[in-house]
Amino acid sequence: MDENTRLIVSSSPHVRDTRTTSKIMLDVIIAMIPAAIVAICVFGIQALLVLIYCVASAVLTEYVIEKILKKPVTISDLSAVVTGMLLAFNLPYSAPWWMCVVGGVFAIGVVKQAFGGLGANFMNPALAARAFLLACWPTRMTGTAFIPDGITTATPLGIIKEGLDASMLPSMMDMFLGVNGVFGAIGEISALALLIGGIYLICRKVISWRIPVTYLATVFVLELCFGAGFSGALYQIFAGGLMLGAFFMATDYVSSPNTVLGQFIFAFGCGLITVIIRQFGGYPEGVSYSILLMNVAAPLIQRYTAPRVYGIQKQKKESEA
Amino acid sequence: MANNQGLRTFLGGVHPPTEKGLTKDVPILEAKLPETVVIPMSQHIGAPCTPCVKRGDHVYVGTKVGEANGFVSVPVHSSVSGKVKSIDLHQHPNGDRVQCVIIESDGLDEMDPSIKPNADYKTKSPQELIDLIKEGGLVGIGGATFPTHVKLTVPPDKHVDTVIINGAECEPYLTCDDHLMNARPDLIIKGLEIVMYISGVKKGYIGVEDNKPEAIKKLQEASAHNKDIEVAVLKTKYPQGAEKQMINAITGREVPSGGLPADAGVIVFNVGTASQIATTVVEGIPFYRTLLTCTGNCVKNPATYLVRLGDTFQSIIDQAGGFTSEPKKIISGGPMMGVAQFTTDVPVIKSTSGILCFDEKLAKIDDPTPCIKCGRCCEACPMHLQPYIIATYAFKKRFDKSEEYHAMDCIECGSCAYTCPARRPLLTSIRTAKREITAERRKAK
Repeated sequence: MDENTRLIVSSSPHVRDTRTTSKIMLDVIIAMIPAAIVAICVFGIQALLVLIYCVASAVLTEYVIEKILKKPVTISDLSAVVTGMLLAFNLPYSAPWWMCVVGGVFAIGVVKQAFGGLGANFMNPALAARAFLLACWPTRMTGTAFIPDGITTATPLGIIKEGLDASMLPSMMDMFLGVNGVFGAIGEISALALLIGGIYLICRKVISWRIPVTYLATVFVLELCFGAGFSGALYQIFAGGLMLGAFFMATDYVSSPNTVLGQFIFAFGCGLITVIIRQFGGYPEGVSYSILLMNVAAPLIQRYTAPRVYGIQKQKKESEA
Repeated sequence: MANNQGLRTFLGGVHPPTEKGLTKDVPILEAKLPETVVIPMSQHIGAPCTPCVKRGDHVYVGTKVGEANGFVSVPVHSSVSGKVKSIDLHQHPNGDRVQCVIIESDGLDEMDPSIKPNADYKTKSPQELIDLIKEGGLVGIGGATFPTHVKLTVPPDKHVDTVIINGAECEPYLTCDDHLMNARPDLIIKGLEIVMYISGVKKGYIGVEDNKPEAIKKLQEASAHNKDIEVAVLKTKYPQGAEKQMINAITGREVPSGGLPADAGVIVFNVGTASQIATTVVEGIPFYRTLLTCTGNCVKNPATYLVRLGDTFQSIIDQAGGFTSEPKKIISGGPMMGVAQFTTDVPVIKSTSGILCFDEKLAKIDDPTPCIKCGRCCEACPMHLQPYIIATYAFKKRFDKSEEYHAMDCIECGSCAYTCPARRPLLTSIRTAKREITAERRKAK
C-alpha cells in the first residue's frame, strides 16, 4: 500500500442501508400524485395553483428561517415539499393565494422550525396550519368554499350533518372514485386515489399498515355501533378527509408513536375522536382535530408502550420465583 | 421460535446485502509461510500474557511464547519455527499498541516435538481436557475472544443443558465459517462432541443460516451417527449469529439482562472454535493458524485464506493480488461489527475473521441529518431497545436516562445505525453512553 494513503477510521457499522430521509419523502410525494391528479381534473387549474402556492411558501419559509438562523439549509430533504402538499390537500380549491402563504408560513415557521425543525415538531405541521386557517377564516374554510359554483350546496359529510335530503348524496361508487359531485378539500375527494397512494407507501415500507388500517377499522366499527348500518359506515370511510388522514397525516413519523402497541392505540384514538366529532360535534368533519389531539398524546403513548427488552422480564420473573 | 416458513429466527434485525458471492466459491487458499510473525501477548479478553521466551531463543510451531496470567487468560504460541527476533510494542488490530513477540521464520516449519496426539479423548477427565484446551490457547473466535476454558468451566450454581455451535456467519462479505463447514464438518462435529462430553450436556445444535445449503447438508451427514446433535436451520438475517439471538432462535430462551448464556442453560461456540477444540484435544496442536476472508470491493482476488497468527494484513492483501483501486478503509472483521484500521501493518490475531478493503465508494458515509423518529432502529434492534432515544440522551449527556432505556443491554450489532435513513451514528452514541455508565458504576463501587 502507498505510504501516503490515508485510511478512514470510523466506528462500526461500516455499511448503511440505501434508504435516506429524502428518498422516504420522495416516496410520500409520489404517493400523493394520484390524488393531486384527481384534484386537478375535478377543480381545474385552481387546485394546481393552491398546490403551487402552498409548496412554494413552505419551502421558501424553511429556506429563509434556516438562513436567518445560520443553520444548514435542509430543503433538499423534501420534507417541506411534503408539508406544503399536505397543506394544499387540506384546503378548499377556492383558497386565495395569501391564505395558502399564511398556511405555509405557519406550518413551517411556527409548528416546525420554532420547535427545532425536522423531527422536532410536536404535531403535524400541515394539519396545525389547517386548524389555524380554519380558526382565522372560517367561512373560507367551510361549506361552500369547497364547492365549485352552484353545483350543490354542501359536501357529502355536510349534507349528512345538516340532515339535508339524502337524495343529494353522491352514490357509494362516486364517493369511492371521487367523481360526480363529491367535493371537499383538494386532496380528499377520491378515496381510490388515496388508497393507491397509501398502498404504495405500505408496499415501499415507508409506513406500516397498523395506523391506517386501525384508524379506518375503528371508524367503520364505531359507525356501525352508532347505527349507521353497513353501507352508512362504509360511506363514512370514503367520505371527507379520512383516507387522507389515515394514510398520509396520522402516519407522520414525528408526531405519531413508533412502537407497535403505541400505533394501535394512537390510531384507535384517532378513529374514536373522528367518530365522536362527526356524530356529535359542531363540524361535519373530525379527522384533522382527531389527529392533532392524538399527536399531542403521542409522546405519552410512546412512553408507556415501549417494547419489552430482550432478557428483562424473564429476569424479573426469576427473581420473584 | 419458528416463523411461518418453518425457519428459526429472532424478532428484529436487518437484511444487508450479503456480498458473499465474492469469495463463496473460491477454494480455501493456504497463505504462504510468513518470513516474520508478530505475536501479540493480548489476543483474548482478560489479562495479557507475559512473554516466556527471550531474544534469540529458538522456537517451533506451537511452542508457547506467552504465559497466561490468571484464570481468565490463555497462553499464546508461535505460528512458525525460527528465532525470536525481538519483544517489542506493536500495533494491534484493536487499536492499541501492545507487547508482541516477533519471530523470524527459519522456513523449516517444524512442529514442536512436545506435541502429542490424544487419540481417545474419553480416557481423560473433563478437567484434564479443559486444562488441555487452556494450554492450547483457545478463545472464542466468533468475536469476543473469551477464553474457551472459562466458558467450559460452568459454575456449580448454573445448570447447562444445551450446547450450540454457531455457524450462522451473518456478517456480510465473510465466508470463512462457510468454507470451514464445507471443508471440515467432521472436525466441527468432533469439537461439539468433545464440548458435550466435557460439560455433560446431552443436546447439541449447530445453527446455520439457510443461505448455506451445502454446509447444512455436509454437517447433517457428518452428524448422522449422533442422534443428540441437530443442525438448526436459521433464517438468513443479521445478526442471526449474535449469541443471544442464536440462543433465542434455537431454544426459545432468553439470556437474562446482564447475565451469561449459562444463565439460560446454554453455552455457545463459534464453528471455528469448535474445530480448534477438536484439533487441540485430538491432535494436541495449539491454536496457531486461523481461517479468514480477505475481500472487499478493491481487492484483486478475494478469497478465504488459512493464515498463521501473526502474519500481517498487508501480507495477506498482497497474496490476494493487492488493490485494484485506492483503498480508503481497511476493516478487521466484517462490515457490521469490524474494527477500522489505520494501517495494514497489523498482525492477524486469533479472532481475525476477515480483512475487508473498501475503496472510496463504500468507505464514505453521508453526514447525519436530523432524526425523523421513523422507528426503523427500534424495529431493527434485536434486543428490542429504542436506539434513537438512548442515542438522543447520550448526545445530551443524560447518561442516566440512557441507562434507564437499557443502554447496557445493547449488543453493539449496528443494526440501528445500518438502517437509519438519517445516517445518524446511533451505535457510536450508544457506545459512548455505555462507556460513561460503566465508568459511573465503577465510581459508585
